[in-house]
Amino acid sequence: MLTLFWTDALFLLLLAMLGGLIWHSRRHEHLRRPWRKVARSRSAMVSAVILLAYLFIAVLDSIHFLPPDGEGGVRYKTEPVSVLDWFLTPLRTRVEKTYSAPLAVQGYAKENLRLADGSSRWDYPRLEFGGAHLKDPARGWLRDVLRTGFKGAAGGLGLGVILCFGTVFLIARVRELPVSLVGGEVLSGQSEVPWRAILGTVVVLCIVGGVLGELALKYHVFGTDKVGEDVLYQALKSIRTGILIGTLTTFVTLPLSLLLGILAGYFRGWVDDLIQYLYTTLNSIPGVLLIAAVILLTQVYMAKHEEEFASLALRADLRLLFLCLILGITSWTGLCRLLRAETLKLREMEYVQAARALGVRQGTILLRHILPNVFHIVLISVALDFSSLVLAEAVLSYVNIGVDPTTDSWGNMINSARLEMAREPPVWWSLTAAFVFMFALVLAANLFADAVRDAFDPRRAD
Amino acid sequence: MTAYLIRRALYALPLLLGVNVLTFVLFFVVNSPDDMARMHLGQKHVTQEAIDLWKHERGYDLPKLWNAGAEGTAKLTETIFFQKSVGLFLFRFGRSDSGRDIGADIAQRAWPSLAFAVPALIFGLLVHITLAVGLVFFRLTYLEFWGVALCVALLSISSLFYIIGGQYLMGKLLLLVPISGYDGGWNAVKFLILPVIISVVAGTGSGVRWYRTLFLEEVERDYVRTARAKGLSETRALFTHVLRNALIPILTGVVVILPSLFIGSLITESFFAIPGLGSYTIDAIAQQDFAIVRAMVFLGSALYILGLVLTDISYTLADPRVRLN
Repeated sequence: MLTLFWTDALFLLLLAMLGGLIWHSRRHEHLRRPWRKVARSRSAMVSAVILLAYLFIAVLDSIHFLPPDGEGGVRYKTEPVSVLDWFLTPLRTRVEKTYSAPLAVQGYAKENLRLADGSSRWDYPRLEFGGAHLKDPARGWLRDVLRTGFKGAAGGLGLGVILCFGTVFLIARVRELPVSLVGGEVLSGQSEVPWRAILGTVVVLCIVGGVLGELALKYHVFGTDKVGEDVLYQALKSIRTGILIGTLTTFVTLPLSLLLGILAGYFRGWVDDLIQYLYTTLNSIPGVLLIAAVILLTQVYMAKHEEEFASLALRADLRLLFLCLILGITSWTGLCRLLRAETLKLREMEYVQAARALGVRQGTILLRHILPNVFHIVLISVALDFSSLVLAEAVLSYVNIGVDPTTDSWGNMINSARLEMAREPPVWWSLTAAFVFMFALVLAANLFADAVRDAFDPRRAD
Repeated sequence: MTAYLIRRALYALPLLLGVNVLTFVLFFVVNSPDDMARMHLGQKHVTQEAIDLWKHERGYDLPKLWNAGAEGTAKLTETIFFQKSVGLFLFRFGRSDSGRDIGADIAQRAWPSLAFAVPALIFGLLVHITLAVGLVFFRLTYLEFWGVALCVALLSISSLFYIIGGQYLMGKLLLLVPISGYDGGWNAVKFLILPVIISVVAGTGSGVRWYRTLFLEEVERDYVRTARAKGLSETRALFTHVLRNALIPILTGVVVILPSLFIGSLITESFFAIPGLGSYTIDAIAQQDFAIVRAMVFLGSALYILGLVLTDISYTLADPRVRLN
């Protein structure tokens, strides 16, 4: 039974709107031209593949449903799980007692073991699930890890190659050229869109996914955390949180900054003064403090209305949504200022003056002549803000004013890692997993945003 | 100049009033003092008397905006808004919810904040500008390409990783400096080395990239071309012409954050246990001390607005083309 959370619904709505925007841009040459420039950039397209992979996981994790409860199929369990959870059931359910190192077969700390003959020994315990299939871990471990990894890599490579052939066939079909010609062009890297780099990234992602997938079935690839949960699973779940924070914020920033920025720039006078006053005031409050204040107040509100936030998941979800909204409220001012300045320039342009002289209504001028011509600023700003929002989540969670402590997020992982690094031996794997996953996303987002800015900013056009 | 300063100061007043009203609405209207009391005293098993006592001790039992029961001007002054918010204008912060004098705390804690923030700013500027000039000097070479790529990679790393990684590497593995803590006087230096280094490194990616774009804008200008054409060496053109002119936007960018240095850095201070205003704020958030958070919001806004005014002034001092009127 499908049960969508608030954030799920908004995220899917946002994706639908994005899809609509892409469909709209496809039919207009002036919108297609900058995108073609983005598509020619190698770093941008490699980043796009990585971003799409992240987005795919986030979408899978944003479709929640109540799993049927065993027999009969009529009754449902009470806690909803996402499609990703369901897919990763082996990772989710195989929980150890406490910490264990990546790919380990033994626990992190020694404990008193009861042997078969009744005596007891002070040693590292075998893990319940990690490497449980090995009879003699001392000898067979390395071979098994290598063999499993190789099997995964081979499977991933196979899938990647099939995808590559499929793509080449499709390109050949669309462009009505012979497959061999297109294949040669792609292989030699001479195609206009850098298909070689794109397909190379796809193959690498498939191989990494294959290796991780095969190993994760037998071991804990990134180890386990304090309560024995698989760190790889946490890192994968955190993708949704990161992407949601980066994207849902636009639901607040775009309407506010578009409306107020354009109105201030177009009407000037007291409207301008008022709107400038509004955003300068808001801007002068330190962002972290405003967020802290609002999150504190949200907690007070939730504590007061406990009965409305019955389920833990619902509470965590609403807190995530609130965080997105507040981040939006603290970050719309920059874009608003840019839009105001651009509108001030545009309203003096000849075509706007002509429209005014011809008696076009003001609403129509704003919608048809001003709005489409400031849209590139919006796009650039959204792309550039995404990565800083993902990074902000980690910092906010560290101060305990971020997402709910029960939500999987990179910020929460880093937060717990702070104490773990002080242990002896240090528990480094949570931090590493969070670092790898976050770095890949933010780097890809930064590179893609740079390409978008270069393509859409008229001052950078060559 | 004086007239301009006065006008700017007057312009700051409505902004501060706006901040004040906003915090008042957030802290007293959206959630009543009753809710705050319950938050502190626990949700269940708390009597109305205990709540009333908590409110009375902290002065939250007054009417919000208008005290109908009082006489004369006390109708206005004997209210939460007047007592708690208007006092902020005179930088009278009152007492925190746990009974400490916020003003005294701030005066004492501002110094450790400055002891960290000022060296971090100065060394950061020196290192980042030097690296950026270096990148511009080697422009259109592989060195520049990989330098910029490295910058993008560096700025994609969360600041938390720099702090945790730096603490682990320098403090725990190499045992060079203490991991965290603070001491008065010159002893503070050994505690401040690590946070300053980390903050410089963590800012390298975005700092160098930003200064590089500023320099690149100047490098293509006509006056630089003329300087080269009349036979100046590339080094000379870069350091005497480009650097001096690009310093104007850099200077004004620095001036705007100068007052905010008092507020300190939230994350770094709490990681390194520096007893500054940043960790003060973090502690207040953790203990849900609304009075301190409110005071810090106001102080932060006031310092930011001061920064804006100082920026305007520094423009006129640094750039003779700008006239105030």
